[in-house]
Amino acid sequence: MNRFKVRPYRSQCHIRTLYAYQCDIGFSVLPVRVVRTAGDRERMSRTHIGEVTLVRIGLFLTCINDTLYPDTGKAVVRLLERLGHEVDFPLEQTCCGQMHVNTGYRREAFSLVRRYADVFAPYDAVVAPSGSCVGLVRDQHVALARESGDEALAERAAAVAAKTYELSELLVDVLGVVDVGAYYPHRVTYHPTCHSLRLIRVGDKPLQLLRAVRGIDLVELPNADTCCGFGGTFALKNAETSTAMLSDKVRCVLDTGAEICAAGDNSCLTHIGGGLSRMRTGVRGVHLAEILAATEETA
Amino acid sequence: MTRAFLGLPGRRDKGFPAAAHHALADTQLRRNLRNATATIRAKRTKVVGELPDWEELREAGRAIKAQTLSNLDAYLEQLENAVVERGGHVHWARDADEACRLVTELVQATGATEVVKVKSMVTDEIGLNDALARSGISAYETDLAELIVQLGHDKQSHILVPAIHKNRSEIRDIFLREMPGVSKDLGDDPVELAMAARQHLRKKFLSAKVGISGANFAVAETGTLAVVESEGNGRMCLTLPETLISVVGIEKVVPTWNDLEVFLQLLPRSSTAERMNPYTSLWTGVTPGDGPQEFHLVLLDNGRTKVLKDEVSRQTLACIRCSACLNVCPVYERTGGQAYNSVYPGPIGAILTPAMQGVENAPTLPYASSLCGACYDVCPVKINIPEVLVHLRSEVVEHKRARRIPTPEATAMKAMAWVFDSPKRLERAQKAARRGSGIFARDGVIGRIPGPMHGWTDSRDAPAMPAETFREWWRRTH
Repeated sequence: MNRFKVRPYRSQCHIRTLYAYQCDIGFSVLPVRVVRTAGDRERMSRTHIGEVTLVRIGLFLTCINDTLYPDTGKAVVRLLERLGHEVDFPLEQTCCGQMHVNTGYRREAFSLVRRYADVFAPYDAVVAPSGSCVGLVRDQHVALARESGDEALAERAAAVAAKTYELSELLVDVLGVVDVGAYYPHRVTYHPTCHSLRLIRVGDKPLQLLRAVRGIDLVELPNADTCCGFGGTFALKNAETSTAMLSDKVRCVLDTGAEICAAGDNSCLTHIGGGLSRMRTGVRGVHLAEILAATEETA
Repeated sequence: MTRAFLGLPGRRDKGFPAAAHHALADTQLRRNLRNATATIRAKRTKVVGELPDWEELREAGRAIKAQTLSNLDAYLEQLENAVVERGGHVHWARDADEACRLVTELVQATGATEVVKVKSMVTDEIGLNDALARSGISAYETDLAELIVQLGHDKQSHILVPAIHKNRSEIRDIFLREMPGVSKDLGDDPVELAMAARQHLRKKFLSAKVGISGANFAVAETGTLAVVESEGNGRMCLTLPETLISVVGIEKVVPTWNDLEVFLQLLPRSSTAERMNPYTSLWTGVTPGDGPQEFHLVLLDNGRTKVLKDEVSRQTLACIRCSACLNVCPVYERTGGQAYNSVYPGPIGAILTPAMQGVENAPTLPYASSLCGACYDVCPVKINIPEVLVHLRSEVVEHKRARRIPTPEATAMKAMAWVFDSPKRLERAQKAARRGSGIFARDGVIGRIPGPMHGWTDSRDAPAMPAETFREWWRRTH
């Protein structure tokens, strides 16, 4: 398997400091099992990443990515493992409940809140490649748990929500990396999704990460912070208004001359990409994770 | 409780999506709104950026309103006592009907058949002009944009600039058609249009015996009312007539003059994008020999106490009607205000209307938002509009549930919740979806298909299901 793996023993899952990539064999102060290939060693000699913090990361992929965008999930795994972290995808996960909550079906989301808190409690950090699902977890899970009448669940939900990060937050704030060693030789424009921008406030972290990608031709998107018109069930209930918003977003994307519209949320990209595809623009949506995971080998 | 009346009578509400359908196809409307909202958005960003303590001001505004609303009864009584002490009369109106009846009787008592009006949301809310007309009293709007709407037999589409949906040549056409004695050579230069309105209104200001206003703020400690405006028409209406009747929502009260300092900084920058509004009129009861010698304050509930009762919706009452949320809203910018079928359009209308009227009377409004959050970011009193929208959506659902109104949506949501409740069921559903997707997909995308997803696929492609879901891949490789 052409992948670099660092696996700490399960019992010792505290945040640790590991000087990975620096020596030819695994750093042995920590009980770490290192599996390396020739390809890994070659990459390491090219990309010096210095001190990294090792955390055991639970991947909350989100239902839409699990079902429709497995490549985004694989990209997150590839990226984080390349940076020397262990990623686990607990199969018991399903959905954060956003569609239910934001459409008004709060009660239906109670069991999903419980499932999320139970499944992700054991991890040091939880990462989701979705600003809006992370937003729902951090903004609503505790309130939903309380509404369900379970104070103990509310406490657990608060603890898990506090360690739930959107991908760019995990990389920049928790792991402290901006240059993830990616290579992506394409003209790209970036759409900051509303919930990542205004609900969880990732700021320019995704752009910091993109700017450090080698080979990328990153162009600024006009009116970037305007909603694309997705809005979950809004796109169905108010399909025409949603489409009117989309047409302006598509125009702005086309104005950049980019071939790729990147974003940190595949739900928004389903919308923007769906418009770009319907109009046969020749431009497509690609998740941030897939760009950050790309290297010379995958190009 | 009866449904709180919120203006725009005689228009059957078919819901937001149906109204938006017409508005979205109106090219002139779309262009007018795009230009107007883009201009005011840019100006607001600039003047707000000038204040280093803007966030502290917002927090102060929020806190003052929250504190006032939690002691509203006490402040209202304080206000009433102060107004009466200074020679004013205070009346309480439970709803729109009661308020209109009160005002009509007060006007009739003076013998007047004409009144001049300061621009006022609350009198639009209760449909006062129509109520007065039914009793043979003509009400003349004196704010330029309100005048345009009134002369054009139109409906308001914005809180601050109710004629935002009209451009200057459309306004000239309305004036030529409806304004008595206007010059046939009237051009569409804004200065020329304003001068025509000024001449038309001047006669009304000088002849009217009764003025009717709302108020932006009512200071409890002294019984002082405040109106902020840009055109000077308000100052004329508030000072020239013999009798002044002010209709004020009960949420407009602020405890002290110190609190005004905060709001007089927040309001102009958020609404007209000015550092300071041109006219701020303040009056306290009656001053012998100066201004109106009779003053009536009508304090209006009309659904406000119902909103106050709800812990989440309560913050909606903090609104100071600046309309910053309208100007940044991507939905409002495309549909305009009339699609909201209420005098309160845009994001604030999407929460205020259903909160005051009950969600059963405006069930589509809480859904008239993509929850993008731009409104919350600009709100000068930090009303968490997305939070209230989501809360009202759950009230819509609970209302239908309680009445056992079956909807395909509720069935689908229940089914999805059942599927998500078990990873096994989720996997089975994913497999079934893959089979379904295989029927429609071509080159990895699903084009236009009939059925419940047509709203999406009419204008957007949908992604086809991949050959392998992530969890299948993970299980295979780990």
